Amino acid sequence: MFESKSGVLVIAGLAFFIFAFIVMGALPWTIYKDQPELTALELADRGLTHEFVGLAEQFPERFAEYFGDVTPGAFAEALTLGRDVYVAEACWHCHSQFVRPVAREDIRWGPVAHAREYSNELQRPVLFGTRRVGPDLSREAGRRSNDWHIAHFYDPTSVVPLSVMPRYTWFFDENRVPNKKGMAVISFVQWLGCWVDEYPYYEEGLYSNPAPMPSAGADDELAKHGDAVDEKA
Amino acid sequence: MTTIAAGPPRVAGLDRAESLPLVNERVVLCYFVASFTFFIIALLAGLAYSLTFLQSYPFAGIEWLSPGRVRMLHTNGLAYGFIANAFLGGLHWAVPRLTLRSVLSDKLSWLIFVVWQLIVLSTAVGLLAGEAQAVEWGETPVWIDPVAVLGLLLVGANMLTPVIRFKGPMYVSLWYFIAALVWTALTYTMGNFFPQYWIGGTASGAIIGLFIHDLVGLFVTPIGWGLMYYFVPIILKKPIWSHGLSLVGFWGLAFFYPLNGIHHFLYTPIPMFLQHGAILATIAVELVVTTVIVNFFATLRGSGDALRTNLPIRWFYVGMVFYFTTCLQCAFQVTLTFQRIIHFSDWVVGHAHLVMFGVFGFWILGMMTYLFPRLVGASGWYSAKLNSWHFWLSAIGMLVMVLDLTMAGLVQGFAWDALMIWEETLRASTPFWLVRTYAGGAMILAQFLFLYNMVKTASMGRNGAAVSGGIVSGGKIDV
Repeated sequence: MFESKSGVLVIAGLAFFIFAFIVMGALPWTIYKDQPELTALELADRGLTHEFVGLAEQFPERFAEYFGDVTPGAFAEALTLGRDVYVAEACWHCHSQFVRPVAREDIRWGPVAHAREYSNELQRPVLFGTRRVGPDLSREAGRRSNDWHIAHFYDPTSVVPLSVMPRYTWFFDENRVPNKKGMAVISFVQWLGCWVDEYPYYEEGLYSNPAPMPSAGADDELAKHGDAVDEKA
Repeated sequence: MTTIAAGPPRVAGLDRAESLPLVNERVVLCYFVASFTFFIIALLAGLAYSLTFLQSYPFAGIEWLSPGRVRMLHTNGLAYGFIANAFLGGLHWAVPRLTLRSVLSDKLSWLIFVVWQLIVLSTAVGLLAGEAQAVEWGETPVWIDPVAVLGLLLVGANMLTPVIRFKGPMYVSLWYFIAALVWTALTYTMGNFFPQYWIGGTASGAIIGLFIHDLVGLFVTPIGWGLMYYFVPIILKKPIWSHGLSLVGFWGLAFFYPLNGIHHFLYTPIPMFLQHGAILATIAVELVVTTVIVNFFATLRGSGDALRTNLPIRWFYVGMVFYFTTCLQCAFQVTLTFQRIIHFSDWVVGHAHLVMFGVFGFWILGMMTYLFPRLVGASGWYSAKLNSWHFWLSAIGMLVMVLDLTMAGLVQGFAWDALMIWEETLRASTPFWLVRTYAGGAMILAQFLFLYNMVKTASMGRNGAAVSGGIVSGGKIDV
C-alpha cells in the first residue's frame, strides 16, 4: 500500500489533501458561514464617510464626472474600485489589515481585529497581509485628512521624509487632482476601520487612549466591538 | 536491495541519438533555457524592488514598473517561470528513465511547453498591467487561472502515463512525482478559485494560508526531493542509505505538510484551536524533514570528497543544509512566542529567500550544472572556474542575505513591540536593507557568470570542440 501507485495516488495525493482541506479550510468556513457577507452597496448603505463626502465637496466637477451624485451607489463603486487598485498596486504586500492581540498592537493601532469585520465583499479574498513595511491600515479611516493622502500618494516623502513608499503619480490628472483611481483608493483607505469608535494617534507616539487588553472579559470586549460594527456607519 | 531501489536504471548512454527515443533532450534543454531566462528577469525585478527600500528605485513614477507590481513579477516569475520550468525539464529527464517508458506524447510535451511559457508571460504582463489577484504567490490574473489548471492537468496526463504503464516496484522519486502532480493541480485550483468565488472573509484567509504553504510544500518540495532521490544516487553511484527512512520521509510529508497552512495567519481572527493545530503540524514536519536529511547524509558517508570534487553534489548538499536550517527555523518561528515579535518583519522575508533560492534554487542550479553540457552536446563546461565562482557567490550572497534579514526582522519586531514611532523603525531597518541589496547583487552577478558560461559551453557543443579541463569540478558527465 505504501509503495503502490494507487496507495500513493489515492491516500497521499487525494485523501490526505482532502482531509487537510476539510480540517484547515472548510472548518473555519463552517464557523463563519452564519455571518452574512455584505455587498459593497450594503456597506455603503450604512452611511457615507466624511472623507468621501469631502472629496465630492473639494473636487465637485471631477467627482461628478467620475462617480455622479454623492450617493451610497457612488460610494460602493468607489470602494470597489479602490479595493481593486489597492490589490493591483500590491498595497497589501506592505500594509497589513489586522490588529493582533499581542506585541502591544492594540495600543498602537486600536481594537484587535474581529472576524465580523471581514465578512464583506471587499474582503474577498481577505486582505490580512503578511508583511508590514508601512503601518497597518485597518484602523486608518479619518486618521489623516484627504489632503494628506493626496500629497502622500503623489510623493510620500513630501509628508513622511523617511517613507519608502512608491509614488503613485498615475492616481492624478495633469493638474495633480486625484483622478478616478486616486479618489477611489483614498475613499477605500479612508473607509478602513470607520466602523470602530475610536483609536489612538500612534503617529505622534501618544498612546494615551489604549483599548483594554483582551485578557479578562475578552468576550465582552469583542461583543461590544461587534455591536459597534452593526451600529456604526 | 533491488536494482530499482539502488537507483534508476541506466538506459540512456552517452550517445545522444541512442537516448532520444526515451527522453526528448530538446524539451529538457528548452525548459532549462526558459527557466533560466525567467530566473534572470525575476532576480533583476527583485534587485530593482530592493532599491525602493533605499529610496532609490530607478523607475519611480512609471506605472507599469511600479515597485509593488515588480515585486509580484519577482515572486511569480520565480515560482512559475524559474522553478516550474526547471522542474518540468527535470521531470522530462527523470520520469522516462525511472519507468523505462517515454512520456505520453512528444507533441503534447511541446504543446505544454509553449502553453506554459504563454501562461508565465501573460502572468507577467497582467501583473505589470495591474490585473493582480489578491492571493499571495497566486497573483496570476483570474483570467489565466483556468488555463493554468488545464496546463497542470496536461502535465499530469503526460507524466503519469509512463508511470501507470510501468510495472514493478516504484523507486522513491516516483512516489513524490505522482503525489506532487496530483497535489499541484488541487492546490492551484483551491487557492485561486475558492477564496475568489466561493469563500470570503476570515475563512478565505485560512484557504489562502493553505495555498501559500501547499505551493511550497506540495508542489515545489516533493518534486525537488524526488529529483534529489534521483540525481544523488546516480552521481554518487551508490544506493540511498535507507529505504525505510525514504518511506517515513514521504508519508510524513504527505500527512503533515498539508495541515500547515494556517500558520501564515497566526493571531488573526481565524479560530485559535486551528492555529494551534497548524503549529503542531509544522513542528511535526521538522521531525519528518530530519529523517530525510539523515538519510541523505548517511548516503554521502564515505563519499564526502564529492562535495569538493563534484559541483552538482555540492549544490545539492548545500541546498539540503539550507533546507534543514530553514525547516528548523520554521519549527521555532511558527510558535506563538516567536510570532509575537517576528511576524510582519523581514525575518519572514529572509526565510522565504532561504527556501526558494537557497534550497530549490540550489538544487535546480546543481541539476543544470550537471545536465547542461550534455544537453547541448558539449563534453564538459567551458570554464570550471566560472562554475566555481557561480557557486561561491550564490552561497555567500545567500548566507549574508538570510543572516541580514533575520537580524533586521528581530530589530523591527522589537522596535514595533516597544512602540517606537513608525518612521524611526524605517531608519533602524535601512542598514539591513542596504546589505540585503548588496547580497542580492552578488547572487545575481553569480547567475550572469553562469549565463556566460552556458553560452560559451553551448557554442562549444555546436562546434563539437574538444574540451580541456573544466570537467572535474564542472559537473561530471559519467552517468
